[in-house]
Amino acid sequence: MAKSILTADDSISIRQLLKYVLEGAGYGVVDAVDGKDALAKLVVSPVHLIITDLHMPNLDGLELIKAVRASPAHRFTPCLMVTTETHDDKKQAGRAAGATGWIVKPFVPDQLLAIVKKLIG
Amino acid sequence: MHPTDHFAALYREEAGERLVELEETLLELEGSPDDLELVGKAFRAMHTIKGSAAMFAFDEIAAFTHEMETVFDRVRSGALSATPALIRHALRGKDAIRAMLDGRSAETEAERRAIVEAFRACSPRSVAPRTTPSKPAPAASQGQPSRTYRIGFRPALDLLQNGTNPLMLFEELRALGSCQVIAHKSKVPPLEELDPESCHLFWDMVLTTQRDENAIRDVFIFVEGRCELTIAVVDDSLHSGGGDYKKIGEILVERGQVTEDQIRATLEAQKPLGEMLVDMGVVTHEAVHAAAVEQKVVREARAKRDGAGQAAEASSIRVTTEKLDALVNLVGELVIAQARLGQIALDRDDAELLNVAEVMERVSASLRDTTLNIRMVPIGTTFSRFKRLVHDLSAEMGKDIDLVTDGAETELDKTVIDRLGDPLIHLIRNSCDHGIEAPSVRAAAGKPVRATVQISAYYSGANVFLEIKDDGKGLDVEAIRAKAIAQHLLDPDAKPSEKEIFNLIFLPGFSTAQKVSNLSGRGVGMDVVKRAIEALRGNIEVESAPGRGTTIRLKLPLTLAIIEGLLVAVGDAHYVLPMSLVEECVEITQEDMKRAHGNQFASVRGEIVPYVCLRSWFGVDGARPPIEQIAIANTDGVRVGFVVDHVVGQHQTVIKTLGNIYEDVEGMSGATILGNGTVALILDLPSIARSAAAASARLH
Repeated sequence: MAKSILTADDSISIRQLLKYVLEGAGYGVVDAVDGKDALAKLVVSPVHLIITDLHMPNLDGLELIKAVRASPAHRFTPCLMVTTETHDDKKQAGRAAGATGWIVKPFVPDQLLAIVKKLIG
Repeated sequence: MHPTDHFAALYREEAGERLVELEETLLELEGSPDDLELVGKAFRAMHTIKGSAAMFAFDEIAAFTHEMETVFDRVRSGALSATPALIRHALRGKDAIRAMLDGRSAETEAERRAIVEAFRACSPRSVAPRTTPSKPAPAASQGQPSRTYRIGFRPALDLLQNGTNPLMLFEELRALGSCQVIAHKSKVPPLEELDPESCHLFWDMVLTTQRDENAIRDVFIFVEGRCELTIAVVDDSLHSGGGDYKKIGEILVERGQVTEDQIRATLEAQKPLGEMLVDMGVVTHEAVHAAAVEQKVVREARAKRDGAGQAAEASSIRVTTEKLDALVNLVGELVIAQARLGQIALDRDDAELLNVAEVMERVSASLRDTTLNIRMVPIGTTFSRFKRLVHDLSAEMGKDIDLVTDGAETELDKTVIDRLGDPLIHLIRNSCDHGIEAPSVRAAAGKPVRATVQISAYYSGANVFLEIKDDGKGLDVEAIRAKAIAQHLLDPDAKPSEKEIFNLIFLPGFSTAQKVSNLSGRGVGMDVVKRAIEALRGNIEVESAPGRGTTIRLKLPLTLAIIEGLLVAVGDAHYVLPMSLVEECVEITQEDMKRAHGNQFASVRGEIVPYVCLRSWFGVDGARPPIEQIAIANTDGVRVGFVVDHVVGQHQTVIKTLGNIYEDVEGMSGATILGNGTVALILDLPSIARSAAAASARLH
């Protein structure tokens, strides 16, 4: 069965781009407009990987990752954070929250797919 | 419309909305400059505009918005306050972004520079220059020297807790080159103290690759700081000479696992060193094993370099294949007889008999392995044929193609190798003819004019993988799709994934070649290859990236004579399902079936799996047991369940071919004889699944 990926980003263009790239590579994609929406969708759909932006209204990326790590069903689900910052402190904050990896915007589809493959095959 | 244009249009629209939101927020902020909520909202709007701009190549917008965002980040953290001046500049900035979105970039350049100046004046600390993300390292070109690395990976206990799966890391390493992984279990605590969520294992790996150390470090990039990672070159095809490699003791000392004194003390005695060190409790068994693996890999690599062309000096005798076949048959009979003996011994519950039966089992198992091993031939013998083929093809087509082979020493059953020749020739022709572009096209695309076709063979479990990889233009998804629709092989409304589209090329009669050449494109093609591979109990997979080439991967069993099977019972009869296909077994009750309203679907952990009921498939009468079992198998990339009365267990299956009369019977590929002397049919699961799918399609 195709692996399913949950994407959380408040930008519709990024959401659509992610969907286009990931679905093209054979993954299933569920998208969420912010962290809160993502948590709600996690309950109803099986998800193998979460890709989240950091800055989102309602519940930001770091809080989302923390909530995921605290949920029994998804504590071991890999979380990939998308960030525009190349600074290390953001990565550290993400890591402390429980992020599995990160990708720096802007990225090209191949970079994204390489990282997704790294995490879930 | 090209997807990129679509995204650009979508971005303009979205950024427009965000700008309106930004303006409103800024105006509100003017009234209550201390409201951090509003500052955050403005920051997020800028962040989205910037992040998406960079993604869709609106570089000027990204660079400019970055300046604004940096200042607002400082306001958010309390280092700056939202002064009226700052808000005024931000509003001007918003207008400038609008102008860029509308394509009036040049005329507002001076204004933008002024705004950036103003922002920098508000935020005195110098702004860090934007760093561009590094591009992934280009793939290693062919013919580069290879190195052997020793990699020590000691993860922190909490490695798993951020969702890292170490298996994925090993997979990635394997993609870099040939890699051996040794797991150390010595740190695993006893069961009662074991925390299953912690990672108590650590690993040593020996990797031979053409890539450099950075490529290896990249694999571990996400676990950096959560593990102890040591990487050392232990062999280099360029610098270090040939000859022998270090002794085990030297390797262990280098790895810091024992001291030289300990080695010296141990050497006084006369047992293999590793064994003695383990006895003394100085090192673990795994550590010695890891060192031995490193020694073996490097010695082999060096021996290969030294004696390239020089055949191993083993003496050999020629034997006709008939004699070997007869031997394999006899061993097959012996395995069957042994299974009966084991069964009888169990039934009698006679300790003495059981003892003999166990010895018999061990001996016949090693006899079986040895016999099958005799039939193993290195695949390299066929590779030489392909060199010539590619040479001739390149001359004929006016292309410059290089054939690279890897894993020539990989051994396969002779029958498999013999029957692989034609399919492989076909695949290589396809790559040269359709995959590789004409030299002028390659030059225009900025690729090296000399194209590469690579054949590699490697082991994985009880299988051998064969890859035919070219660096040509890749499969044209749209062309395949259009062609499939034109030939009524695909519903025009269907939205298949890329993988499903690639699989279409294996359908009978499918060919997208524009013109029929002497070599390929006559419509007899991939379907024949697929059938030939399936007849060998293998399967075939395609991967392709536009502009970068296509990889065809064949998965083949090591041998055809004996397979690992799953023995199941339906009614009074037993059947064998090939273990290589079966992924898991689950239970299904009559209740579950009723709940599906006659649809043959089971829900397995939330996943919908279609199933075939073997009872109805074989027309077996009688009452169904209240709880049946589904063996879920992977057929043609789809998970399909097969409902049986119950699963008996794993079974070493000696394959007996069915006579010619049964050749066309659908759904079975052979038979075997069980311990009690009865016959069990070996089921051809993909063909059952296909024909059940066709039958249900006719119904609807």
